Amino acid sequence: MSNTDFVLAVEDLTVSFDGFKAIDNLTLYVDKGELRVIIGPNGAGKTTLLDLICGRTRSSTGSIKFRNEEMTTLAEHQIVRAGIGRKFQTPSIYENLTVFKNLEVSFPRGRSVFGALRFKCTPDVKERIETVADEIGLLDDLQKEAGLLSHGQKQWLEIGMLLMQEPELLMLDEPIAGMSVRERELTAELLKRICVNRSMIVIEHDMDFVAKIAHKVTVMHQGKILAEGPMERVQADPKVIDVYLGH
Amino acid sequence: MQKLRQWLITSDLASIAILAIVILVVMPLTADIFRLNLIGKYLSYAFVAVGLVMLWGYGGILSLGQGVFFGLGGYAMAMFLKLEASDPETTKIQSTPGIPDFMDWNQLTALPTWWEPFHSLTFTIVAVMAVPAILAFIIGFAMFKRRVGGVYFAIITQAVALILTVLIIGQQGYTGGVNGMTDLKTMHGWDIRDDSSKYILYYANAILLFAAIFVCRMVQRSKAGTLLLAMRDKEDRVRFSGYDVANFRIFVFCLAAVLCGLGGAMFTLQVGFMSPSFVGIVPSIEMVIFAAVGGRMSLVGAVYGTLLVNFGKTYFSESFPQLWLFLMAALFIGVVMAFPNGLAGVWETSVKPRLLRKRVAAAAQPKSPPPPPATLPTTEAAPASPSGAGTSGNVGPATA
Repeated sequence: MSNTDFVLAVEDLTVSFDGFKAIDNLTLYVDKGELRVIIGPNGAGKTTLLDLICGRTRSSTGSIKFRNEEMTTLAEHQIVRAGIGRKFQTPSIYENLTVFKNLEVSFPRGRSVFGALRFKCTPDVKERIETVADEIGLLDDLQKEAGLLSHGQKQWLEIGMLLMQEPELLMLDEPIAGMSVRERELTAELLKRICVNRSMIVIEHDMDFVAKIAHKVTVMHQGKILAEGPMERVQADPKVIDVYLGH
Repeated sequence: MQKLRQWLITSDLASIAILAIVILVVMPLTADIFRLNLIGKYLSYAFVAVGLVMLWGYGGILSLGQGVFFGLGGYAMAMFLKLEASDPETTKIQSTPGIPDFMDWNQLTALPTWWEPFHSLTFTIVAVMAVPAILAFIIGFAMFKRRVGGVYFAIITQAVALILTVLIIGQQGYTGGVNGMTDLKTMHGWDIRDDSSKYILYYANAILLFAAIFVCRMVQRSKAGTLLLAMRDKEDRVRFSGYDVANFRIFVFCLAAVLCGLGGAMFTLQVGFMSPSFVGIVPSIEMVIFAAVGGRMSLVGAVYGTLLVNFGKTYFSESFPQLWLFLMAALFIGVVMAFPNGLAGVWETSVKPRLLRKRVAAAAQPKSPPPPPATLPTTEAAPASPSGAGTSGNVGPATA
């Protein structure tokens, strides 16, 4: 299969570390505007899959096509520039910089060395920063040092940094880990809002949260896809209950 | 007045201005020409230290081979000066007149072709910056694109320093060997050895140093500076924000190399010779110590650090020559353990807040009596008294 309407088409993807197949002949398609949640037990290969898509890990065989463009041969920064954003499991922000600077650095202009030397924070950049800060609920904290934010706010800031790049595909690795109940609710609303006009892949364990946000759920097990479909159907699947949900 | 004081203590421009007064006014007025020339030599090392602030402090890349670039700049300048000092008239007793003396001693009968361009001062000035930059680019490209960093990078730069020293010493006929290039006399007919030219060179060196500081300050304040800091701590986040991390590292490595080259050229001009002893591993590590003592995050601090360590070196190596190396090592270990941000760090964390507090306290003191006593004692004295009678008088106005 060559060209598809899917935003992301992962086909026959395999990666092995010293003979251990972390991802085993996996095929996955993500639609435009879709919010896909990947669940599965620890070690199922969920994070590895995201690493492969964003180029952090190189695949052994198989193809990853983003808008029909092959990604497996590109460098990480090229994949980002193509429109794939990645949030890490632990909040990965620049703790010593202000919230404003964190967002400014993520603005997709002046990405070359000399571009960065010439980069000016023009009104349109500022406006964009304020829009995003408003979206993630940090508008009042723009001048605050990012290290002083609460854990939940740090997670939102990193999501905001990705939004600055306006990615077409956003990948979030356990975005609500360590969040309070209230923060989880806010995050669910945030994810639903930002999913407009873009596709998302979210790794998550919290089933209530998954039910709230997922359009479709993919269950992974031992590097393979165990089940895929709407939440209710996946939850009712005996195989899924057996390896993951039932216990 | 209050504002001026505030500015003097907090602004980085003020710290540069104070440094400028020290270097451009105080030093020339207080030191004789011999000492001033010595200070000029130290200030040529300061280019390297400033470069290390960018590379090591901001970029998080420790290079133990900055002497290589210092040497390349210095040798480029020395080659030009040596050619000018080797005109056929003054070298007529050689078997081949018109070539540098060390070539003649090594049975060379013609000037090597790669020496020819160094007849031109313009070419030399370009080479002083370009040769270090090109070498830094090659090393940086090979290392950073492969994500070699940290200790491995430091070791490789050290190996480069060793290789270059061995090369210079081994190729005596082309480089002057272990003695280096000596007897440098004039630049375009201008005698660089007399007192007036030493003054001129001192000032040229100082002004160039401030230009370098301002260029670095510009880089620090640009987005590139922010990114350097960001990728020092969160490399992956920068990479996954769409930046090619390696390119920024190559850039800052080249920038530091160019500064080293300039420093080397100014060194040659002021000292009058260049030798492999300023290229190798030991001088390269000494240069790192300058930056560490001064503070690797502070451009101005690095200059003070260079001056201080070199004054110390001159003093101690005159008085206790055998002890100097041990003292230097102790200084380095001590600074890194106790003050990881060097003198500038001590200033930032201990001296500056104290100065500011004093100013604020001094400003608040005369103002506090005027308000009517009816309101003040009742509201302030009550919560202040349990916290301790002795401190309440000091803490109250200072925090207000």
